Amino acid sequence: MHRYRIWAAVALALLALALPFIFNSPYYQHMLILILIWAALGTAWNLLGGYCGQVSFGHAAFFGLGAYSAGLLYLHLGASPWWGMALGPVVATLVSIPIGLICFRLRGPYFALAMLALGEIFRLVFLNWISFTNGPRGILMVAARPGKILFYYLALAILGLALWWSYLLIKSKFGYYFVSIREDQDAAEALGIPTTRYKLYALLPSAFLTGLVGAFYMNYVAFIEPNVVFSLGNVSVMIILVVILGGVATLWGPTVGAAMYIALGELFRAQLGAANVLAFGVLVCLVILFLPNGVVGEVDLFKRLMGGKRRGDVGGSLGSP
Amino acid sequence: MALLGQTVICGLLLGGMYALIAIGMTLIMGVMKIINLAHGSLVMVGMYVTYVCYRAWGLDPYLGMLVAMPVLFLLGCVIQHFLINRLLEVESVLPENQVLLTVGISLVLTEVIRFIFKSDYRSIATPYTGEALLVGGMSISIAMAVGFVIAMVFTYLLHLFLTRTDLGRAIRATAQDREAAQYMGVDARRVTVITFGLGSALAAAGGSLLLPLFYLWPDIGHLFTAKAFIITILGGMGSTTGALLGGLTLGVAESLGATYIGMGYKDVVGLVIFLLVLLFLPHGLRSLVRR
Repeated sequence: MHRYRIWAAVALALLALALPFIFNSPYYQHMLILILIWAALGTAWNLLGGYCGQVSFGHAAFFGLGAYSAGLLYLHLGASPWWGMALGPVVATLVSIPIGLICFRLRGPYFALAMLALGEIFRLVFLNWISFTNGPRGILMVAARPGKILFYYLALAILGLALWWSYLLIKSKFGYYFVSIREDQDAAEALGIPTTRYKLYALLPSAFLTGLVGAFYMNYVAFIEPNVVFSLGNVSVMIILVVILGGVATLWGPTVGAAMYIALGELFRAQLGAANVLAFGVLVCLVILFLPNGVVGEVDLFKRLMGGKRRGDVGGSLGSP
Repeated sequence: MALLGQTVICGLLLGGMYALIAIGMTLIMGVMKIINLAHGSLVMVGMYVTYVCYRAWGLDPYLGMLVAMPVLFLLGCVIQHFLINRLLEVESVLPENQVLLTVGISLVLTEVIRFIFKSDYRSIATPYTGEALLVGGMSISIAMAVGFVIAMVFTYLLHLFLTRTDLGRAIRATAQDREAAQYMGVDARRVTVITFGLGSALAAAGGSLLLPLFYLWPDIGHLFTAKAFIITILGGMGSTTGALLGGLTLGVAESLGATYIGMGYKDVVGLVIFLLVLLFLPHGLRSLVRR
């Protein structure tokens, strides 16, 4: 079993490395990069929201901070936004500490709302602080940029980092503490888990990775604007929906969710035109109603359904009464 | 001085109309214990119903709301009965699934409206749109004043309904303690369906009153969702009078922020107050009174 898993991992890694050459057109490569971006964002959110149960409606704040770290470096100092990849995650992590210490006093829906409000505050401040951030005009980067293949491998590395950290955290003491906080915070506290500190331990890597993806986004798209990178509807909420689609609190759920989100989004756009977001909304409602733990989270259900059928067939062939 | 007076009065009038929307949300939150992030989208749908009445039959928005309210009542009942109540039986990792479902519903409502009406900005021009009363150097928009009065009438009627009728008492009982209410013979499921319908109808009423004052486009719903949950938290969950006070407070705070800090920061003021209340006054403004 163990050996089989290693071979599966190697095959998956090779496939991931070969994908941009299999789909050798800029359009498909762009789709692949988008999938990697959303997969990394979802994996980062999943650490805090899925495993630790702290549903954040404000991850756009960290995404935007990462993107703007890179953008502002370029705007004010003329530095290459690649430096933002180093600065962005650090800024997002540093900002997440006071945010966490403030918001972790709140529970459940109140935490969700507080994070939502914080994300919106960041958007509004970046929108109105025109002398520093260029406001709604945004930041446009005019520089020679490498081809899509390099961006693909960079995004792949970020997703790899996110998955690796998630794996390490979940398999360690931290993972069990996170889940215990999600399942029953009072019980966890009674058992001596410093809940606020462990929620922070989930938030820090989550914010770091989200900031890193934000800085990558600035480098890749080369244009940012507060309403885009701090967006509630198109970043904060979409991260959550991607994770819900794929599977909350599963390692591969966010990646599967991201692939579904981008692929179905493109499919809907091609087939349905203006109604593509509508179709996505309907899909989200259906998934929450019928696959509440996402596609990966309900794998057992599928297996049971398939297995049940097979057993039924065998029973029939034996001519049971 | 006139500027300050005008700012405060304008804030109060707007706040009264916001309060009507928030009372709808606080009712739902009280009974269902969930945050309805689709509430603003329901407001938006209500506004479009009133808008269609105006365009198709020349119906004044204050009459159009009498069409929008029953329509939204039905829509709310359907959403609660077929979607949110169903979720009570589903096992999931995250308890916030109902909240996430309301996000999905809001997405669907917004996109259906966008599909029908496109993203264009729309507005209606009634004879009194530009009219204003001049009182001691302050000008007060007629549409705002009328909207405020109607909002207060509806709030009072709702208060009577909740305190004087059996159904109203059943709603309050379910909000206080669902299981105890069920032991007393209250059909809690039916109550949740009616409450969601009622909340949606109030959202439609608030939206219709604001229609002469705002531009209308499909994404306006998010604006009202944000305002409604800020007010609900300000007023303390599930409290009607709290929501009324919270609405007036938010209206005045935003209006002062817009005049003295800057139009762009108007919404930041509301959000900062919201965070502070959430952290330091967890039961809303009521906690100030009790001390």
